Amino acid sequence: MQSLYVPGTTHVHRAPAGVKLAVLALLGLALFATARLVVVAAAFVLVLAAGLLWARLPRRALLSQVRPVWIWLVALFGFHLLVTGPLVGAVAVLRLLTLVIAAAVVTATTRVTALVAVIEWLTSPLRVFGVRPGRIGLVIAMTLRFIPLVADRAARIREAQAARGADRVRPAMVVPLLVQVLRMATTVGEALDARGAGDVTARRPGRRAAVDSVRTT
Amino acid sequence: MRWGRRAEAATAASAATLPRTAIELRDVAHFYGDRPVLTDVSLTLTERRIGVIGGNGSGKSTFARLLNGLVVPSTGTVLVDGLNTRTQGREVRRRVGFVFQDPDAQIVHPTVEEDLAFGPHNQGLPAEETARRVDEMLVRYGLAGHRDHPAHLLSGGQKQLLAIAGVLVMQPQRIVFDEPTTLLDLANTRRVSRVIDALEQDAVVVTHHLDLLDGFDRVLVFEDGRVVADGPPAETVPWYAARMS
Amino acid sequence: MKTKDLAYIALFAAIVAVLGLLPPVPVPGIPVPITAQTLGVMLAGSVLGARRGGLALLAFLAVVAVGLPVLSGGRGGLGVFVGPSAGYLYSWPIAAFVIGLLTQLFWRRYNLAWALVANLIGGLLVIYAIGIPFTSLYADIPLWTSFTGAFAFIPGDVVKAVAASLVAVAVHKAYPVIDLPTRRATAG
Ligand SMILES: Nc1ncnc2c1ncn2[C@@H]1O[C@H](COP(=O)(O)OP(=O)(O)OP(=O)(O)O)[C@@H](O)[C@H]1O
Ligand SMILES: [Mg+2]
Repeated sequence: MQSLYVPGTTHVHRAPAGVKLAVLALLGLALFATARLVVVAAAFVLVLAAGLLWARLPRRALLSQVRPVWIWLVALFGFHLLVTGPLVGAVAVLRLLTLVIAAAVVTATTRVTALVAVIEWLTSPLRVFGVRPGRIGLVIAMTLRFIPLVADRAARIREAQAARGADRVRPAMVVPLLVQVLRMATTVGEALDARGAGDVTARRPGRRAAVDSVRTT
Repeated sequence: MRWGRRAEAATAASAATLPRTAIELRDVAHFYGDRPVLTDVSLTLTERRIGVIGGNGSGKSTFARLLNGLVVPSTGTVLVDGLNTRTQGREVRRRVGFVFQDPDAQIVHPTVEEDLAFGPHNQGLPAEETARRVDEMLVRYGLAGHRDHPAHLLSGGQKQLLAIAGVLVMQPQRIVFDEPTTLLDLANTRRVSRVIDALEQDAVVVTHHLDLLDGFDRVLVFEDGRVVADGPPAETVPWYAARMS
Repeated sequence: MKTKDLAYIALFAAIVAVLGLLPPVPVPGIPVPITAQTLGVMLAGSVLGARRGGLALLAFLAVVAVGLPVLSGGRGGLGVFVGPSAGYLYSWPIAAFVIGLLTQLFWRRYNLAWALVANLIGGLLVIYAIGIPFTSLYADIPLWTSFTGAFAFIPGDVVKAVAASLVAVAVHKAYPVIDLPTRRATAG
């Protein structure tokens, strides 16, 4: 599974993931706090420059994230044009575009591992409620591991059923797949225990080696 | 901790110095619901190579899982070097590793290297020691070229070797294998068989592949949750084969 | 929570991701295509129950957030969390949790009808109750407009709820993962 990370060595790439996420969050708040076109337009230009010039991202890295929302942009502008006027429409559209591009810049310049580490850090206060941040990294890693596995087993079951003349996917066909992968997950649970995952109670301080090396880029 | 020093020593040393593990089962019975799966099992396991055979559903996997505390018996006790699996599961699992039938179910991280690092990490080993052991395993099992390889792109045989390496890297003293070759082709079955033979660790191997048991010290035959034969493979294997036909 | 539960959580996060690989069905005039992923939301809640179902969807969102393009149509990254339809995404863990809660509530008499009730409440009501106001607030459009925009999805979602219920009932018979105290008592 290929992540959306685009390797690079620019300042944007090397900036700490937590800082980038904080900037993104602040930008989101700021954009919604203002309704002035100049401010939003300036933010748009800045974000675009940060992505294309500063982080030297290829245009398609940003475009691919904008494409899914473009029809929203059209609908949004159309709505405001009819109801509230072009100015509000322009602000709404630019605001959305700016946010989506900014998020795309962060995603494209930050490794999966770094983001997982931030998630663990952000969730560490939940320790009070018995949440173990290390387990969050483990679940994310296992999810990445299971995606090709589930896709593969699904394809195999579909083949087996097609070989017996079934041409349409019906709920009844999904059942054996789910039972099969659930069984496998049960064994995975045992394997986790056998390899000591359940034993980590007093974890030494410091980052987890395993999560640190989640490499999916 | 005693384990730390032992582990260090074991890496460099040969079979002669590796600590041996004795597993004792006392009046063990196990039920799923009210259905008995194992009855009246009392054994002491000290041999280096122990095989476990028997028909489907005869209780082999349940037996195997008892040996490292994955399953605690409904009644009776299992002791590993005197440690009770019911109360000292953590220590027991450090001594006894477990390899499952389905390699896919044992690989929990997306790439080879990080999966190997998983067990040592859980043991709380320092990063340098983890890295050293991971490198050693990568080389020993011919996976060095696949360090960053997505695990799902490995072949079935490579996956099973990775699963075995993922257990060995934790340096247990005995390894329990539950049908490690059932999903493998002939070449990979032989390969895994050679790997088991070459292990310095003690091993318990549950299998339907009877030729895996050549040269074993002891073979247990299960039937309906009971041990019905127990002895060297030269006696038990032909007896079992005759009984099944 | 047991270690085994971590595996179930990751499994359903992966299942939702794989459902996103199926080609989405575009609806004319609607900015969001119909996807099979809400089917995964319903299955996670129905099969795993409230806690694990909700966590599975949180894990899925985490995987999206760290940059894996596992939302239908190959979308992913942080951008999808700031778009006007992000409310639907945020609603998924809650929806799975609610479905799981209802499933556990109905557990003793669990059948197709009760499964359908759970999936319709959690999989439609909850998702729309969060997604529609979010869009309306975000894009500065009236609630009603946002609501009519979502209308086209309802038939598809009802079909998914039926499918999810059929599957859930069968899976519970074949391999129940939800373990209520009442059941454990009989299992000794
Ligand atoms: N988790 C479980 N819950 C309920 N019953 C179980 C469970 N695990 C095993 N059983 C039942 O216990 C019996 C013994 O199972 P076990 O897996 O130990 O047999 P086995 O000898 O390993 O069989 P095989 O050769 O098919 O692997 C079987 O009838 C099985 O259906
Ligand atoms: Mg078995």
